[in-house]
Amino acid sequence: MTEPLLRIDRVGKRFGGFVALDGIALDVAPGERLGLIGPNGSGKSTLVNCICGTLRNETGSVTFDGRKMDGLAAHQRTILGLARSFQLPRPFHSLSVADNLRIPLLYAVKARSGSHLSARELDDHCVEYLRLVGLDHKAARLPRDLTQVEMRKLELARAMAAEPKLLIADESMAGLSHSEIGDILKLLMVLNARGITIILIEHIMSAVMSFSQRLAVLVSGRKIADGDPQEVVRNPEVEKAYLG
Amino acid sequence: MHSRTFILVTIVVAAAVFFVAQLVANNYLFFAGYTVLQFVVLATAWNILGGYCGYVNFGSAAFFAVGAYSSVFLHKAYPLPIPVLILVAGFVAGVIGLGMGYLTLRLRGSFFAIATLALAVVLQTLVTNWDFVGGSRGAYVIRPNSLDVFGHQIPYIEYLFLQMLILAAVAIATARTIERSRLGYGFATIRDDELAAEAAGVPTLRLKLIATTLSGALMGMAGAPFPYYLGFLQPQSAFALEYAVNSIAMPMIGGTSSWIGPLIGALLLGIVQQVATVTISSAVNVLIVGVLLVAFVIIAPNGIVGFVRNLMRRGRS
Repeated sequence: MTEPLLRIDRVGKRFGGFVALDGIALDVAPGERLGLIGPNGSGKSTLVNCICGTLRNETGSVTFDGRKMDGLAAHQRTILGLARSFQLPRPFHSLSVADNLRIPLLYAVKARSGSHLSARELDDHCVEYLRLVGLDHKAARLPRDLTQVEMRKLELARAMAAEPKLLIADESMAGLSHSEIGDILKLLMVLNARGITIILIEHIMSAVMSFSQRLAVLVSGRKIADGDPQEVVRNPEVEKAYLG
Repeated sequence: MHSRTFILVTIVVAAAVFFVAQLVANNYLFFAGYTVLQFVVLATAWNILGGYCGYVNFGSAAFFAVGAYSSVFLHKAYPLPIPVLILVAGFVAGVIGLGMGYLTLRLRGSFFAIATLALAVVLQTLVTNWDFVGGSRGAYVIRPNSLDVFGHQIPYIEYLFLQMLILAAVAIATARTIERSRLGYGFATIRDDELAAEAAGVPTLRLKLIATTLSGALMGMAGAPFPYYLGFLQPQSAFALEYAVNSIAMPMIGGTSSWIGPLIGALLLGIVQQVATVTISSAVNVLIVGVLLVAFVIIAPNGIVGFVRNLMRRGRS
């Protein structure tokens, strides 16, 4: 069996008396498309924050690409190839759309490769990612001029510009129309085809089912199911968690 | 404009300002000009942390005073030429800036601002009780009336004016270079969204430390020649409210998003205050700042630069 790209080993996190994550264990293989679902408050975002270094897990460990992530700051994890998009888009409001992509190129990619990108190369990279998400015509605009779906695309493009090995897309389709969801799904598939491993956290089940090769379910900070998406959704415990 | 070209233009403009000031040959112009330039440095330095990174520093007077008192200390212990004093003051204030940044790494918004205010109070208490630099009584710094430069006697105030002019040029060139650099982009992401910045690979803590150090160092440098300018320094004048208020108000009125905002704000407010000092009273200076600040917050919250940019954008669309 190939070595997992991401290994989450008995990760636990509490907020005071509230147990947000209770010994979560999860492996993600290179190139995999993993769906991560669970009701509100199940611990999905907390897990993402622990993986990405925004929060520190109190127990267990996170190993990415063969390297222990515990104790590393969020930006160091990004430099190592772990990128995320946020549930609510968090663009850099004072920077243009193109400059939003320039940031990961200037920091994450430069720190990883150690090479200096010329202004021309930076522009070329930005244009390439913007073209991929269909925002090249808005390169000079500010994020406030973008629509909701464009903002989501910018969020994904910025994560992509960090040239990650693993992308965690946290509810990238929330609030979008059916056709817009299709656009984002298509984009995620393109990224996966480029070799990027993707963890999709989503409430929209049709999107999760069409995207995921594997599905994991969190409920009350515990993983209750993990496996083939069709089998997981028929799991009585999962049905009970979702339908009561 | 390329950074090197900008630095050259800054040097040429600074030389032209000094040349024109020489033509006027009025000592008061140098006195007033020194103060205005001092505020250009303070406002530009404040903006590196406050404008570029979004961290509001209420303790500008503390860094300014650190610079001034390091000069007083050296004047008494081991007198040195003013350019060297400026460098020493920059180093000392930079180290204090680094320390402040390190202690307040996790603080943001009003919490950070209060911490910087506390720093000013702590430092003022220390200086007030430090006898070697004059304590609460203050210290006299005797300076010559004129200085011999390559056989030419020039009034000392002209010499101080020149020092501050060079310092203002250095501060502006530094701010402008940062703005267009990788560091400047990093600062902007900290201002906009620190969490997203980290996720994009920006080492936010390191960048904040760079900003607090750089900003503190420049403020300290602005304070270094101050005891020689006054001839006497006491805690009330070095830690004056005027410095903290002007350092914030000038960039806010000029515009915090760019190097030119603090320059415009400092020139505008500095000149108005100097005119008010000779026509009404220096007591109205803080009042002028307060009234203008309130007016700008209501009329042009992004300062003069933001206001003009908005007008231009509207004109294009």
